[in-house]
Amino acid sequence: MIARLGWYWMLPVAALTWEFAARAAQAVYFPPPSVIVPRLRELWFSGPAGRLFLTDEAVADLLPSLARLFGGWALAALAGVVLGVALGRSRTLSALVEPLLHFGRSVPPSALLPVFLLLFEIGTPMQVASIVYGVVWPVLINSMDGSRYVDRQYVETGLVFRMGPGARLLRIILPAAAPKIFAGLRLSVSLALIMMVISELYGSTEGIGHRLLEAQSQFDIPAMWAGIVLLGLLGVLLNAGFLAVERLVLRWHHGARA
Amino acid sequence: MRRGVLGTAGVLGFLALLEAAGRIGLIDRDALPYVSVVLVTAVELAADGEFLRHVLITLSACAAGLLIAVAVAVPAGLLLGTVPVVERSARPLVEFLRPIPSVSLIPLAMFLFPDSGDAKTSLIVYTCAWPLLVNTLYGLADVDPLGKDTLRAFGFGPVAVAVRVSLPSAAPFIATGVRIAVGVTLIVAVSVELIAGGDGGIGAYLVQAGSAARTDRVLAATVWAGVLGLAANLLFTAGERRLFRWHHARTGETS
Repeated sequence: MIARLGWYWMLPVAALTWEFAARAAQAVYFPPPSVIVPRLRELWFSGPAGRLFLTDEAVADLLPSLARLFGGWALAALAGVVLGVALGRSRTLSALVEPLLHFGRSVPPSALLPVFLLLFEIGTPMQVASIVYGVVWPVLINSMDGSRYVDRQYVETGLVFRMGPGARLLRIILPAAAPKIFAGLRLSVSLALIMMVISELYGSTEGIGHRLLEAQSQFDIPAMWAGIVLLGLLGVLLNAGFLAVERLVLRWHHGARA
Repeated sequence: MRRGVLGTAGVLGFLALLEAAGRIGLIDRDALPYVSVVLVTAVELAADGEFLRHVLITLSACAAGLLIAVAVAVPAGLLLGTVPVVERSARPLVEFLRPIPSVSLIPLAMFLFPDSGDAKTSLIVYTCAWPLLVNTLYGLADVDPLGKDTLRAFGFGPVAVAVRVSLPSAAPFIATGVRIAVGVTLIVAVSVELIAGGDGGIGAYLVQAGSAARTDRVLAATVWAGVLGLAANLLFTAGERRLFRWHHARTGETS
């Protein structure tokens, strides 16, 4: 672990290289980190300590963005798992809807933004709808696959012990499908961030994506970079957080396979 | 056979259900046109030169972006995957750059490339490069060490080993990366066109139709976008299976 961390010396080196290269080249569109980071702090993290240092802008932009991100993701995850397991356990049902599924997931979610803009109000409803649509497919398809190929012996053992259908679902099928379901959920976390940003760039009056576009139109390049860095950090944190949860929930699985 | 019948029944049933919901007023007609209207519009669009021009713009940006991404990411992956020191020092950078949502770079790309077509292509390159790089690395980690050692024993240099053993052996993984990247190209292309549509494309067409409140055209164009995505996916899946039959035979995948 420490040996692995040792290789992270590249990160400060890369930051310093960027700093000096940007200063030397006077690159207008690539401000040095020493300009971006203070702007990031000033924009979002210089508020009162009682509010975790969040500024008013952060409360107005960051929190709604995150709320939509998590809300949309949670809705999609729930719908995807429920539908996916139902489809995975019924051959007829899955044969019936499979062509529709493949078509649905092939529609680029960004192409649906104008549709959602016509159907829903501009703002949160439209953004949550596009996050849900963009994110639900990997969860649904992985849940379907995972619950379809449950080892027959597990299910039959449950039958022998006279477990009811509910108990079999909760204690056999869902745990057996869990590694696949988590693989789908992990994909969907990064997709949710992408959909959050694009929906805010396209149709929004607040949120990180909207601030990004505003900074661009005002030629405030450090603020634009601050937004990109913030979204990058968010991506890293979401990924790391999800992996930690996955490791905790699936510990029995890794233990059984190791 | 039975699956095919059921699948067709599913699609037809779904369309009939939506149509019925529209006819009996469950779906507000002003918000959503009838399914039949959308399908007729979709057929009309297929013969509409203006729409086809937009489709062509999107597809050519996708193809150009994908080709450049392959030309950049595969050699980069080969370098990282065969020289451990480079791989270990670059890995933290990759881990930090990869989670940045590529669409958040749209404003930057609009600055750097005054022509929105170039901005679109460059973003497609950036986004596609990641799955390609990661899959190339996966593939290289999977190369049979015996094959490499054999070539080395016969006195081949590291470049020859990389080109003659590592690259062919990683090729099926790279092909998977290409297939994943193809799906991504369309998403990124349409996203950029929605926000900076100066150059045209499906996204720009959607914005036009949307601001003219032609919901039928918006939906019909979305249907075509889905058809294109589905066709690209089927094409690349079939191509992958054909090209790398030996690989699937070896790993025992049957699907």
